[in-house]
Amino acid sequence: MNNDADSQNEKAANKMVTQNIGKEAILGVDEPLLLDCGAKLTNFTQAYQTYGKLNADKTNAILVCHALSGDQFAGDINPISGKPGWWHLVIGSGKILDTDRYFIICANILGGCMGSTGPKEINPDTGEYWGLQFPGITISDMVRAQALLLDALGIDKLFCVIGGSMGGMQVLEWAVAFPDRVFAAVPIATAPHHSAQNIAFHEVGRQAIMADQDWKSGDYLKEDCYPQRGLAIARMIAHITYLSEPALQNKFGRRLQDREAITFGFDADFQVESYLRYQGSTFVERFDANSYLYITRAMDYFDLAERHGNGILAEAFRGVRTRFCIISFTSDWLYQTAESRAVVKALNAVAANVSFAEIGSDKGHDAFLLEEPEFWKVLTGFLEGAADKYGLTKK
Amino acid sequence: MTTKLKKLNLRVDLQLIAKMVEPGSRALDVGCGDGALLDYLNQEKKVDGRGIELSSDGVNACVSSGLSVIQGDADQDLDDYPDQAFDYVILGQTLQATREPHNVLQNLVRIGKRAIVSFPNFGYWRVRAGLMFIGKMPQTKTLSYNWYDTPNIHFCTITDFIILCGSLGITIENGIALDRVGRTREIGRAGMRFANLRGEQAIFLLKKS
Repeated sequence: MNNDADSQNEKAANKMVTQNIGKEAILGVDEPLLLDCGAKLTNFTQAYQTYGKLNADKTNAILVCHALSGDQFAGDINPISGKPGWWHLVIGSGKILDTDRYFIICANILGGCMGSTGPKEINPDTGEYWGLQFPGITISDMVRAQALLLDALGIDKLFCVIGGSMGGMQVLEWAVAFPDRVFAAVPIATAPHHSAQNIAFHEVGRQAIMADQDWKSGDYLKEDCYPQRGLAIARMIAHITYLSEPALQNKFGRRLQDREAITFGFDADFQVESYLRYQGSTFVERFDANSYLYITRAMDYFDLAERHGNGILAEAFRGVRTRFCIISFTSDWLYQTAESRAVVKALNAVAANVSFAEIGSDKGHDAFLLEEPEFWKVLTGFLEGAADKYGLTKK
Repeated sequence: MTTKLKKLNLRVDLQLIAKMVEPGSRALDVGCGDGALLDYLNQEKKVDGRGIELSSDGVNACVSSGLSVIQGDADQDLDDYPDQAFDYVILGQTLQATREPHNVLQNLVRIGKRAIVSFPNFGYWRVRAGLMFIGKMPQTKTLSYNWYDTPNIHFCTITDFIILCGSLGITIENGIALDRVGRTREIGRAGMRFANLRGEQAIFLLKKS
């Protein structure tokens, strides 16, 4: 067999795999989804994955909301990367989000690049890639798209909505926008709005992408190229914000990468440089650059108080009936404890049912994805208590 | 009138507090520690309970056992709550550790239709005798710290407390003095001096006048 045939077979195989990943729902069929920017989406795709079984009463559903660079493959093995799902430590049989007990749903966000309608997909009206023609989206748009997915699945009320970082923003939006559909909410390592510093970091990431010549004003897919340098730099910057100074220090210190001495050049002399380069290069293999622009923008625009409370956070929460468990991490400087505390204060002001724990950790923002026994204990306890109150029987 | 309390797993003063709480009510326990009282109220009286606790160990233990508890403190975080949000706001053995007990008390009766407050009584005879005969800052079962490392910065006697409530416009609906072996005595007008001498700690049911 010659090499060309080989690579063609491989391409065909890849296509088959990517068509056969997870589940998808076509939504906005009868009625379009009206986006915050004013655009309407009809017949859009919501890719999602489920773990466990929905019970007869449809009361055991937990919606897991993923973060900026996450996807619907939260548990088990991610069929695309072949690696464990991003929250496999938490989701699974006998784990905290026990798939023997709960029905776990995780949807690729609107605007994402893992099957849901987004800039990487084809615009059915034009037959071309959406690219920058894709309408601007918000966290609220993502949540309303997820609500349509639940309608399609016949689930009226979620036992719990849970997520970290941008996932936590969706959790907050869910509880406020759909108070009747959420019994318990766990926003982790998140904030009620994006701070100036967070917007600033995102802006640097976006500039890196847009400065890449291969970005082609967003038309790179049409022109068959890819702004991988720009996207990699964006990821490298963001990755620093997900860690903490002590975590970086412990992991790398000033150790050199595969060399005895500094080289007086600009290759990766230090291990930390090599690590970041690796993070950047693996990210571009799985993520769409335009998607990155759209999603970071949605996070920047997120402001729960502005949207639902005329600028007053407590007003946004007035009338919520959800039980909240707010969790933050001591070394998270991207979404600091003070931001979580602001949510707690606002919830107290309307006498909502809220628990709040700050977990001591040196792992930075990413702590919610990693092994953190104290965090897991709190999460387990909260879910047990909530399940008991919701009348979910023990497995 | 004295009654001897039967031994439950709950601390005696917490048992007395629990007795004052109506079943099925909403309660906020300020300084809830490991959540023992909240847990008891939840289990035995179907109370919709919330807690505030200063130590993160306490908070995490509470949330881990399914209780709704936030990390915070009585001086700073009570201002956030709306008026009359709870049937009861409980402050057990914490008043003496607050920076501004008078403001805390006012917040308690504002947030709760009723407040339940317990504190160690500095008028207890052993405390007085300790100062009088040994000349050292007193250490008892409920006041077990050294003077230099104690979190208890605002001690008062039962009499002091009653006077403060009067000046803050707080009505005392019920007062109980608890002695060293768990005997209780109602604090009435007549028996106040005696209660102030015999009570190692006191528990009061309060409301805004």
